[in-house]
Amino acid sequence: MSDQVSPSSGSASGAGTVSLDTAHQHGTGGLPAVFENPGLPPHVHRAADDDPVAAKRAERQVAALFVLSILGTVGFIVSYFTIDYTKSVFIPFIGLTNLLNVMLGVTLGISLLGIGFGVVHWAKTIMSDEEIAEDRHELRSTDADRQSVGVVLAASGESAQLARRPMIKATAGAALGLFALPLTVQLAGSMGNPTKALDELKATIWDVPAGGEPIRLVRDPELTPIKASDVTIGSVFHVMPATLMELREHNLEQGHAEYHGVLEAKAKAAVVLMRLNPSEFKDDALGRKAREWGFEGIVAYSKICTHVGCPVGLYEQQTHHLLCPCHQSTFDVTRDCEVIFGPAKRALPQLKITVDDEGYLVAPQGFAEPVGPSYWERLK
Amino acid sequence: MSTTASGRTAADLRADDTAAAAPTGNGRVAATAGWVDERTGLAKGTAYLMKKIFPDHWSFMLGEIAMYSMIICLLTGVFLSFWFVPSAGLIPYAGSYLPLQGVVMSEAYSSTLAISFDVRGGLLIRQIHHWAALMFCVAITVHMLRVFLTGAFRKPRELNWVIGTILSMLAIVEGFAGYSLPDDLLSGTGIRAAEGFIRSIPLIGSYTSYLLFGGAFPGEAIIPRLYSLHVLLLPAVLIGLFTAHIVLVFLHKHTQFPGPGRTNENVVGYPFMPVYTAKAGGFFFMVFGVLTLISALVTINPIWAYGPYDPSPVTAGAQPDWYMGFADGALRLLPGFLEFELFGFTWSMNVFLGAVALIPVIYTVAGAYPFIEAWVTGDKREHHLLDRPRNAPVRTGLGMAAFSFYVVLMLAAGNDIMAIKLSLSINDITVLFRLLVFVVPVLVFWVTKRICLSLQRHDREKVLHGRESGTIIRTADGKFFERHEDLDEFDRFKLVAFEAPAPIALEALTDANGVDAKAIKKAKRRARLSSFYFKDRVEPVSPAELAAAHHHGEHESISGGSTHAAIKHDKHND
Repeated sequence: MSDQVSPSSGSASGAGTVSLDTAHQHGTGGLPAVFENPGLPPHVHRAADDDPVAAKRAERQVAALFVLSILGTVGFIVSYFTIDYTKSVFIPFIGLTNLLNVMLGVTLGISLLGIGFGVVHWAKTIMSDEEIAEDRHELRSTDADRQSVGVVLAASGESAQLARRPMIKATAGAALGLFALPLTVQLAGSMGNPTKALDELKATIWDVPAGGEPIRLVRDPELTPIKASDVTIGSVFHVMPATLMELREHNLEQGHAEYHGVLEAKAKAAVVLMRLNPSEFKDDALGRKAREWGFEGIVAYSKICTHVGCPVGLYEQQTHHLLCPCHQSTFDVTRDCEVIFGPAKRALPQLKITVDDEGYLVAPQGFAEPVGPSYWERLK
Repeated sequence: MSTTASGRTAADLRADDTAAAAPTGNGRVAATAGWVDERTGLAKGTAYLMKKIFPDHWSFMLGEIAMYSMIICLLTGVFLSFWFVPSAGLIPYAGSYLPLQGVVMSEAYSSTLAISFDVRGGLLIRQIHHWAALMFCVAITVHMLRVFLTGAFRKPRELNWVIGTILSMLAIVEGFAGYSLPDDLLSGTGIRAAEGFIRSIPLIGSYTSYLLFGGAFPGEAIIPRLYSLHVLLLPAVLIGLFTAHIVLVFLHKHTQFPGPGRTNENVVGYPFMPVYTAKAGGFFFMVFGVLTLISALVTINPIWAYGPYDPSPVTAGAQPDWYMGFADGALRLLPGFLEFELFGFTWSMNVFLGAVALIPVIYTVAGAYPFIEAWVTGDKREHHLLDRPRNAPVRTGLGMAAFSFYVVLMLAAGNDIMAIKLSLSINDITVLFRLLVFVVPVLVFWVTKRICLSLQRHDREKVLHGRESGTIIRTADGKFFERHEDLDEFDRFKLVAFEAPAPIALEALTDANGVDAKAIKKAKRRARLSSFYFKDRVEPVSPAELAAAHHHGEHESISGGSTHAAIKHDKHND
């Protein structure tokens, strides 16, 4: 790197910044360095400016557009009161669509566009099209004005004795700094109870209390129990815990709304269940663990994506991949739902399952780790 | 450049305002106006403002489209609020849409169905509202590009650019809040993902989620809270900032493109009354009319087809509204390994970077740009004349590079749709996008800069050698050449009225106390940046060059008239 400026014509050379006010410094005889502004070009008259026939034609066109607008408005009113809202209409390139919506929209559109085109056509053909120049002025205030602001502020400070009364200055500053605190505390303190967050994010209604009964797996949304023998190889089930029904019954007993807390429970409890041929699991630690936590090739995994929580609803039967439709994270069921592609990092948590005496699938324990998207204290 | 407007000035226009032309006060309108003026004194300012001049250019209407779309959103939004019930409370549906009868759903979803099926014309209003919101975001984006590429953000308009970037960001948030309100399966899945985004914030994520959702997701608080934001807080801020935006446009007087009669000290165009009012007012009706026609003919967000929100089911091909596309695309591209565990905590950078950090970072960089460029150029003057994009090749290149980054991210949000429609592997497409997001902006910068320089050279050639007339002339000795027609002085001026500054030279920074190392570093950085901006440049034709070309022209026309328009290239001077 050198501190030299390469010589370049058309710029000031040597030290100092280039003055942008003078782009060109060619000295060439009597010619100016830059072209003079030739001023506004001569104004060209339009047809309607000189020809009364053209002017009359323009007037008629504008009036016709306004009449079109009036017709649109009338059409809207008529459509509103006469068209049956269940009627459909076929429109080429658009398909079958609701007649009332089309008629209301088209008539309103005509009403608005008639005014729009009419006014603009009026402006372009009849109103003066002579361009006018207005001077600009520098935005900054005069030095005198600026100074007087300073003077008034200084005088105000003097009158309030700001400098001489440090106690007032300090306490006023503190009071003003703090007055928003009560409002902030009220708002933040009452938005929701964050102290429950860490416990609740871990818990699901699959959790079995110590000594409790295993929880049956039920179909979503029918809520019917699933016999292991009903799950054929290659099939996939969307599953909820049987405790979901207990939650609704409990709500009714307690006099709550039936669905109180149901969506919140479902948002963490959703499970997807597949049956693979047991030999299809990879013969490594992950594959073996997946098989062991399942039942004869039936495995159950949390359906809530570990990326941002969309339901991992797409199962590729041939490849045994689970795919999240939101951001395409892909999980390999034969290797304990490890992430094989996409933005998610962690495997879907597995739900350990077995069968009860009647052959129905049950979960003897909840998930071993929090389900759903990652959060700061997930490992706590 | 001096003002040479020939007698048609706004001062002339205002000259006869005072006495003769004033209304005599007989009519009822004049009487009413007089009554109001006696109580407000508004006539003084009104008379002046009515003759304020606005320049004309098609690209100045992009901001108008944004403004009108916002007004249409406000108008239709008020209508919708009369029927919409912002409640997540669950009820069985009993409206007239048969497929969903008896289904348990939130009141928000149920009332949106009612707007769509049971309120006459409700569907039209809902669809205008949604289309206008989409148009609002499109228009803001394109308006922002226009302002950037023409350098309209330079002094004294830097603050208005910052206000504009905030408006643009808030428009996205406002759109997302509104999109989420119907509580259908698609928008509910969007809120589901948003909760995941919030959780990814280091340290405070889980607590923030619980605060915003009033407990566990989804809860019953988020719909009414988003409603408050969507209809009260955000519109108030939007309207406040928008008003400031417009007031500043009035104060600054609108920029104009350079041209004959247009200088940095004047503004040439049409007066507010009647021409500009008619054109702008008419344009409002046009925008409204077009949005209404689209809403009549093209269904948007058919929430009845998705069903009510339930955390378990999901639809394939889930796409957000377009303005959220770039953030969603970033989320799809960020690889999973960006999540790691450190000090016993989980750092979800794969989510945080794309979903939480991206939008503020992009808008901060955009907001800061005018100050960066001003620092590099050291230019402290007011700029009221716009740059044609080609005349600022590096700025135009940077703008297009940034925009291409945005577009690549937005297209990445369609990777699943592309995979299906093109029968390609979604993994390959995603990997390709991960590459493109770095490569495309660099390529776009280089290509745009070269195109700008070529266009500038083309302009030079046109000025020096005139326009191809299409007339072939045969000389006495059998040679052929095409006659070129010189530009007239008005057309020529449009092509030569710009500046092509050279890079800043590095100053000698030693003084009596020796060398200030910090100052030298700063000056070097600045010189490097200045060189990046201005080392390649094409300067406007000077009168001397034109005279020389005319002199040569007589001889050259026969051999075809070669061009000498070269790109000036300064070596790095740091």
